[in-house]
Amino acid sequence: MLEVNFSGSFRDAVDGAASISIEAATIRELLRKLVERYPRMQSHVEDGVAVSINGEIFRDSWGEAIPAGAEVFVLPRIRGG
Amino acid sequence: MAHDKRYTNQEFKIVGTRPPRPDGLDKVTGRAKYGADTFAPGQLDGLILRSPHAHAKIKNINTSRAEKLKGVKAVITSDDLPDLTNGNRGMFDILENCMARGRALYDGHAVAAVAAIDAETARRAVKLIKVDYEILPHVTDVDEAMKPDAPIVQPHVRTSGVEPKPRKASNVSQVSEFGHGDVDAGFKEADVIVEKSYKTEQTHQGYIEPHACLASVGPDGQGELWVTTQGHFFFRNTCAALLGMDVAKLKVTASEIGGGFGGKTHVWMEPVALALSRKANRPVKLVMSREEVFRASGPTCSTSVDVKIGAKKDGTITAALATLRYQNGPFPAVWAMLGAMTSWACYDLKNVKSVGYDVLVNRPKVAAYRAPSAPMAAFAVESTIDQVAARIGMDPVDFRIKNAAREGTRASYGPTYGPIGIGPTLEAVKNHPHMKARLGKNQGRGMACGFWFNFGGQTCVDLNIGIDGTVTLTVGTVDVGGSRASLCLIAAEELGIAYERVRCHVADTASLGHNDTTEGSRGTFSSGMAAIFAARDAIAILRDRAAKTWEIDVEDVAWEAGNAIAKGVAHGNLAPLTLEELAAASPNTGGPIAGHNEVVADGAGVSFASHICDVEVDPETGATKVIRYTVIQDAGKAIHPDYVEGQFQGGAAQGIGWALNEEYVYGEDGRLQNPGFLDYRIPDCSDLPYIDTQILEIPNPNHPYGVRGVGATSIVPPLAAIGNAVSNAAGVRMTHVPMSPPRILKAIKDEQLDIAAD
Amino acid sequence: MSGVHVSTTINGDPAEFVCPPGETLLDALRNRLGLTGAKEGCGTGDCGACSVIVDGRLVCSCLVLGAEVEGREVNTVEGLANGDTLHPLQTKFIEHAALQCGICTPGFLIAAKALLDRNPDPSEVEIRYALAGNLCRCTGYDKIVRAVDAAAKEVRKEVRKEARKKRR
Repeated sequence: MLEVNFSGSFRDAVDGAASISIEAATIRELLRKLVERYPRMQSHVEDGVAVSINGEIFRDSWGEAIPAGAEVFVLPRIRGG
Repeated sequence: MAHDKRYTNQEFKIVGTRPPRPDGLDKVTGRAKYGADTFAPGQLDGLILRSPHAHAKIKNINTSRAEKLKGVKAVITSDDLPDLTNGNRGMFDILENCMARGRALYDGHAVAAVAAIDAETARRAVKLIKVDYEILPHVTDVDEAMKPDAPIVQPHVRTSGVEPKPRKASNVSQVSEFGHGDVDAGFKEADVIVEKSYKTEQTHQGYIEPHACLASVGPDGQGELWVTTQGHFFFRNTCAALLGMDVAKLKVTASEIGGGFGGKTHVWMEPVALALSRKANRPVKLVMSREEVFRASGPTCSTSVDVKIGAKKDGTITAALATLRYQNGPFPAVWAMLGAMTSWACYDLKNVKSVGYDVLVNRPKVAAYRAPSAPMAAFAVESTIDQVAARIGMDPVDFRIKNAAREGTRASYGPTYGPIGIGPTLEAVKNHPHMKARLGKNQGRGMACGFWFNFGGQTCVDLNIGIDGTVTLTVGTVDVGGSRASLCLIAAEELGIAYERVRCHVADTASLGHNDTTEGSRGTFSSGMAAIFAARDAIAILRDRAAKTWEIDVEDVAWEAGNAIAKGVAHGNLAPLTLEELAAASPNTGGPIAGHNEVVADGAGVSFASHICDVEVDPETGATKVIRYTVIQDAGKAIHPDYVEGQFQGGAAQGIGWALNEEYVYGEDGRLQNPGFLDYRIPDCSDLPYIDTQILEIPNPNHPYGVRGVGATSIVPPLAAIGNAVSNAAGVRMTHVPMSPPRILKAIKDEQLDIAAD
Repeated sequence: MSGVHVSTTINGDPAEFVCPPGETLLDALRNRLGLTGAKEGCGTGDCGACSVIVDGRLVCSCLVLGAEVEGREVNTVEGLANGDTLHPLQTKFIEHAALQCGICTPGFLIAAKALLDRNPDPSEVEIRYALAGNLCRCTGYDKIVRAVDAAAKEVRKEVRKEARKKRR
C-alpha cells in the first residue's frame, strides 16, 4: 500500500486530499488506478504529470517500479528551456 | 539489453579532459550551416504580414491584389491552415499562434503570409494585403490583467485551481499552490518578518540567430524541412499534425543552431513555411527579421512577486510565503506554477507556501528561457533572504547555510531530496577568494543561490563501427553548446579508443528514432547515457566476434583498452585483437558491428548553484558596472570541463543582462517599442569582466558517470546576486528588474528624500 | 527594376555579381556569392554578426550596399585561413573553447583580425572595447577575450619569426 502525495494543483482533482492510499507496483499502474478512482485526474494526466519516487522525478518512464514504502509525489510535468 | 543507470564511480582515462570539439573547424571557417544558410533550386522567399495592433478583431483579409502581383506564387491566411487539432486545445493554441484566426492577440501576431520569387516582391506583396481590423481594448501588464475590469484576452478561459469553479471568463488561467506546514503559525513564531513586493520585466532569450527554415512540400504529401531548432523530432510531430501530414512523410533536418535557450523549443512560423510551400509547390525559405524575433517568438514572462519571510533571532526561518503572478502571453500556460515550485527549493523549511497565478495578456506567447520561471522567483526570494539576514545581523552566506536544503529535506514543491549540492556550493562560496577581495568606493558585493530541475527524456543513439575501426556516433539531440565533443569523449572512454577515432553527428528525423528536444539541460546527460549503453552493446558484439575469430567461448573474452583479450591460461597464446582488426574482419564474422540504445533517461536529479558578484554603482548616473563575478555549481561529473565552464559563464551573462538592462518596453498602444538590439540592450564584451567558475562534482546517483544537467541553473542566481550587490553598493534595496540606471537613480533619490524627511 | 553590376575582389579573388541597387553587401555575399559565413543577426548594425573588412576597414555588411564594393577589396571569414593553415585566431578560438553555438564566431574573428591588424598587442580592456560591436549570447565573452589575447601573442611570435627569416 503506497501513500501518494499530491501537489497543490492536483488536490482538487482528488477531492482536496493532500495524500491518499493506493496499491501500485509501477507508475503506469498508479496513474491508471488514480484515474479510475478520480476521473478528474484524466485531464491532468493528459496535460502531463511527473511522478517523484523517493525524490527522483520521472516524466516518461511509466514502467518504473515503485518500491514498497517509497515516498511518491504526483507533480505537474515540468519543462525546461 | 537492459542497462544499469546507476553511478559506478569509475576512474576515467579521457572523460574530464579538454580536447578540441569536432565541429570547431566548420564554425571558425564559416562552413557550418545554420538555419538561413541553405538554398534550394526554385526557392521562394516567404514573408509574414503581422498585426500592428495589440488586440483586434480581424474582420476581413483581402489578398486579391497580392495574389495578382507578378512573381507571387502563394498567399495564405488561416484558411490555408484548417483546424485539424480535433479538440486538442494545446495544439489549437499552437496553430492559432502561428497564424491568427479571426483575432490578432498581440502586436506582431501573424495574420497572413506570401511566397514570392524574391524578397523585394514578397515585401511589395505583403503591402498589398488589405486587412480590416476592429481594434479591441488590450492589456499588457500582469497586474493590470488581473483587475476585474481588465479586457479579457481569451473568452473561453475559466480560472482552474479555484473552488467553486468560476463561471465568468478571466485572464487568470490557473492558480496553483505548493508547500507544507502552517505558515500562519510559523510567522507567529518569528522574531523578524520581512515582507516585500518585486517586479521583473519581460526579457527575450536573445539568441543571435533569428528563426529560419527552408520548407519543401510536394502534392504527394511528402515534405522536407531544414530548420534551426532545439528539437527537430518535436518540430516534425507538431508540423505534421498541424498540416495533416504523416509523420514519416516529413523529414526534418536540424541545422546548426545559433542559440536557443528555450526559445527554439516551439514552432513559430515553420507550419506557415510548410503551408506556403504546399500551396506554391516550391521550396519556401522563411527567415524572421530581428524585429519579428522580438515581437513574435517566445520571450519569457514579466512578473510580479510578493515574498514574506519570518525568522528567529538565531537565524532559523520559521515561515516562508511567496505569491507569484506571471504573464504567459495570450495562451494558457503554467509558468507561474513552475515559479511557485522553484521558489523555495534551496531551503529546508518547516512552514512554506507558494501560490502561483498564471495570467493572460496581449503580448507574444511566452516560451521557456533557460531555467524557465526560476530566475524571477529567485530574485524575489534571495533579495528577501538578504534583508532578513541583515535584520537579524547575520552574515548572508551563513544565514543561507543554516537554512539550506540537504539530503532528507522535504522540498517546498513536495518530494524529499536525495544527495544534493546546495550546501557544498555555499561552503565553497565562503571559502572562495572572491569573498575576501577588497571593495572600493561605490562598490558592493552580493551573492545568491539558485536551483533547477534537470530532465532526461526520450533518447536514441546509434554507434556504428567503420571498416577501419573508427566510430560514428549518431545522436538525435541537437548540439546547442558543444555536446558533440562530450559525446565523443564518452564513446571513446567506453570503447577504450582515442577521442580522435570517434565522430559524432546529429541525425535527421528519418535516420533515427524519436529524440526529445534539447532543453532542461538534458543534451549531454541523456545522449551521453544512451551513448554509454550503445557502446556497451557494441562491446558485447565485439567480444562475440573475437570469440568467433578465436573459436573460443565468448565468456572467455574480455574488452580492455580498445582490445579483445582472451582470458585464462588455456588461451594464453592468443594475442589481443584490436578494434581495428575486428572491424576489418567484420564481413566474415557476422557483418557490420553496431550498438544501439533507446533510453528514457529519467530521474536526472536537481542542480544547485551559488554566485558571487561585485558591482560598482555610479551615484550620479545610476550606471552599474560588474567588476567581478564567480559561479559555483554542482555538475555531477564534468565530461568536458571547457563546455561546463562555458555554460556557467553564458548563463551568468544572460542573468546579468536581465538584471541590469534588458526589458520589453510596451507603449500605451500595446505595441513593443524596442524590438531591436540597440534598445533591447544585451551585455557586450565591454560590459563584463572575466567570469570565474568553480565546478563541484557531487555525483548524480542516477547516471553511470554521475553527470548532472548543467546548462540551465546558472541563469537563476544572477538577478538576485546583482540585486544584493547593487543594494549594498548604492545603499538602496532594488525591487524592480532590470535595475537600469533610471531605476537606480530614482531609488537613490527617493532614499535621500526619505532621509531628509526623517 | 534593373540590377547593378558589381566587380570586386573577395578574399583576394576577383568576383562579380548583379544585385538590386538597394541590396546589402551581406545579402549579396550570402545569396549571390554563396559566402554564408557572415550572418544576419539583426539587420541594423547592432550585433556585428555580419562583420567583414572592406578596404582594410571593419564594417557591418548589413549597413553597406552591395554596389558600394565596386572596385574594392572585401575580406570575409572564408578567407581567414591560408590554404589549410588556420589563422591563429581560428586556432585559439577552438583551443580556448571560445565558441558554443558559433553563430557569432565569424563576426568575432573578423573584428578581432581588424583589431590585431592595427594593434598587435592589445590589453584586455582594448580587446573588450574593440569587440564591443559584436554580440555573443552563449559565452559571456570570457573565453573569447582569452582566445584573442592568446592569438595576439601567437601572431606577434610569427611576425618576429618572419622578421628574423628576412634578416638572414
